[in-house]
Amino acid sequence: MINNRIPAGELAQKWSTYKSTCKLVNPANKRSIDIIVVGTGLAGASAAATLAELGYNVKTFCFQDSGRRAHSIAAQGGINAAKNYQNDGDSVFRLFYDTIKGGDYRAREANVHRLAEVSGNIIDQCVAQGVPFAREYGGLLSNRSFGGTQVQRTFYAAGQTGQQLLLGAYSAQMRQVSIGAIKEYNRHEMLDVVTIDGKARGIIARNLVTGAIERHGAHAVLLCTGGYGNVFFLSTNAMGSNVTAAWKAHKKGAMFGNPCFTQIHPTCIPVSGDHQSKLTLMSESLRNDGRIWVPKKQNDNRKAFDIPEEERDYYLERRYPAFGNLVPRDVASRAAKERCDAGYGVGTSKMAVYLDFASAIERYGKIEATKNGLANASKDEIIKMGREVVKEKYGNLFDMYAKITGEDPYTVPMRIYPAVHYTMGGLWVDYELMTNVPGLYALGEANFSDHGANRLGASALMQGLADGYFVIPYTIGNYLADEIRTPKIDTNQKAFDDAEKEVKDRINHFINVKGSKSVDYFHKKLGLIMWDKCGMARNEAGLKQAIQEIRALRDEFWKDVKVPGTADSLNPELDKAGRVADFLELGELMCMDALNREESCGGHFREEHQTEEGEALRHDDKFMYVACWENKGNNAWELHKEDFSV
Amino acid sequence: MHNEINLKLKVWRQASANVAGGFQTYDANNISTEMSFLEMFDVVNEKLINDGQDPIAFDHDCREGICGMCSMHINGRAHGPWDGTTTCQLHMRAFKDGETITVEPWRAKAFPVLKDLVVDRSAFDRIQQAGGFVSVNTGNAQDGNSLPINKELADAAFDAAMCIGCGACVAACKNSSAMLFTSAKVSQYALLPQGEPERKTRVLNMVAQMDKEGFGACTNTGACEAECPKEISISNIARLNREYLNAQLSL
Repeated sequence: MINNRIPAGELAQKWSTYKSTCKLVNPANKRSIDIIVVGTGLAGASAAATLAELGYNVKTFCFQDSGRRAHSIAAQGGINAAKNYQNDGDSVFRLFYDTIKGGDYRAREANVHRLAEVSGNIIDQCVAQGVPFAREYGGLLSNRSFGGTQVQRTFYAAGQTGQQLLLGAYSAQMRQVSIGAIKEYNRHEMLDVVTIDGKARGIIARNLVTGAIERHGAHAVLLCTGGYGNVFFLSTNAMGSNVTAAWKAHKKGAMFGNPCFTQIHPTCIPVSGDHQSKLTLMSESLRNDGRIWVPKKQNDNRKAFDIPEEERDYYLERRYPAFGNLVPRDVASRAAKERCDAGYGVGTSKMAVYLDFASAIERYGKIEATKNGLANASKDEIIKMGREVVKEKYGNLFDMYAKITGEDPYTVPMRIYPAVHYTMGGLWVDYELMTNVPGLYALGEANFSDHGANRLGASALMQGLADGYFVIPYTIGNYLADEIRTPKIDTNQKAFDDAEKEVKDRINHFINVKGSKSVDYFHKKLGLIMWDKCGMARNEAGLKQAIQEIRALRDEFWKDVKVPGTADSLNPELDKAGRVADFLELGELMCMDALNREESCGGHFREEHQTEEGEALRHDDKFMYVACWENKGNNAWELHKEDFSV
Repeated sequence: MHNEINLKLKVWRQASANVAGGFQTYDANNISTEMSFLEMFDVVNEKLINDGQDPIAFDHDCREGICGMCSMHINGRAHGPWDGTTTCQLHMRAFKDGETITVEPWRAKAFPVLKDLVVDRSAFDRIQQAGGFVSVNTGNAQDGNSLPINKELADAAFDAAMCIGCGACVAACKNSSAMLFTSAKVSQYALLPQGEPERKTRVLNMVAQMDKEGFGACTNTGACEAECPKEISISNIARLNREYLNAQLSL
């Protein structure tokens, strides 16, 4: 069943061998081939632009009002590339190795090696597009270091790297729109994949302004639709980020890989109340200078300032003296949860820990005083100078924190708590980024392939652009070369009739239920179940219970959801209803996958599988595989395995 | 810290592009001052849904101030009372108990209302299509460090490139001019060597498209800069004017 199409030969030679032997489509034939790209983030925009440059006819779809708004835009930190500009020993192999290790040995090596190989080309391409990366005074590109590596290989544009890279890809996409090579369908949502004789031949999309249901045929369909973190309701994802396109593909036969692998980021601004709609990330770099603590006393209601030093528990420094506050993301997240669950949390919700910059401010202040020859500087003067240094390093993050919380992090410790950030799982794809449905591809966060059980910082941007700029342009030709005799896809075929009918029936159902509870009511309930039982720590009993609860909630949703308005107008509640319906199915599969994987690895922590010190315990003898779930209808699945142990 | 306030909202309601709209007043009670402005709208909408009424449509997505989707004109100011802040980052601490808040969509001929507070900003995409790019196909690039770029120029290009394309500049301008948006993109490329080959055609084509879309002319009132959530400098407009003049005289 599983054919991953990894080329034969040495790991380091596979991609060059593939590129020189894959089938090509000649320019005249490209002109008569149509490709649909769903999603316009880094993967989608870069793929659409590049395929249009090659001569294919491309249609892009996004639910936002412009391609430029896709959530890749919010990525802060940077993009990795094995350029070795710093002469610090970096290489393609080291980037490959770090990524595999960071993924806890659950990623596909051939894909990851290719990713490392093309990483340098991405930087070159973005520079050529006019992406304003940070530079040194000599005019050359600047690098910084990021978690999980010993080299400086991260390229960045202040704290807005995702924005600048996406706007670069968007500009390339706009250029192709201007010459008619790409036709854009913004404010459109893909609601089904159409397959004919087992091959993907088009999609059904809804115009979100008029409500019109449209048919679009194509020789290939690319899903570049991002991750599914919003199954938790609260996450760092955008409000509209959803699993619907990937889920429709899954229900049309595409396997879902490792759905339980979710990354929970330790440093986010905590929930402030029931009204909370999303969570905001505070860059991981803050842990370089902030010390994490909670009171030693349970339910301590004193202000941070009133708690004396000896009554503070710097629990990461206590538990992990070697790493202290710089323990890996998953360890920091679980430790915060443990303290809060035990009653030591801070803030009004008690679901937060302190990230305190007081000692960093004092330390930097003393260094400044020494530098400036102020041996007798007063404590106030030292703190004033220290605050300036911290402002220089983290000013924009501190401002954002102050705006959201109304507190001044220079004087009061930040409150932080972990939040869902990224999903490593996704549609299963082969080496060519094709799902097991011929002609249906998944790129970027939407696929499962490159990050294994956990993703390193600054690697999501790299993968999205690698897939779109440098992988799919080659691999899609290998499939389309056999499709040059396929005429333009006729959308009046029965498969389109059936898919359209199904989409319309479902929409009419939502409008006509006229139940008693809003879509958000169900989404929030699902989110809580997932967060409590399939979040940072999971166990057998909890997962089994979660599956029962999700099933009950799903039944209730279909019977009692209240969607106001009509099907033929701009109706955001209707859009949300469709997305939540799919999350209610995905949630069950995530729990099943987490139940099946009886080990702890990367972002997946099973409480039954930990060392005496409470660290994750992998079982390489049993779980060196991708869990590939095939949908059998009626919320039943069959597990297939892509084995990595050989 | 945590307070609750009661507010009145005067919100623009318009069922679709082709019908007349008008203000409607809603109560927003027990609003936590820790909520964001859009979370306050979530609460109001939840109540409207439960009461069997049509919720207020508004654009939003990332809710962290970077996607540029949110777009509310609040008490006469694009994105509301806080400087350098998008609507999604505006928090209810900014308002007093008992206050009436007026919320309108962006108002501009080139941004027609689609529903309630949702407007069509595709004109911005078309301005970008007219020349907001470097014509370099994937695979054509030389090594990223083969062309050193002065750090100050790179930083200035970045400052212009921070524009999120939300349209607040147009909404704030009494002429509904799109000059700040267009000039930010023109500046990014004019400051970088990569933009050089198409420098002149770019500015001419983007300005021509801007005019074609029905945006007004710039009269240097500076409202755009004052309301821009990313604090894009009006000096970009001066640069656009220089670039435009230079291109016209020499092409």
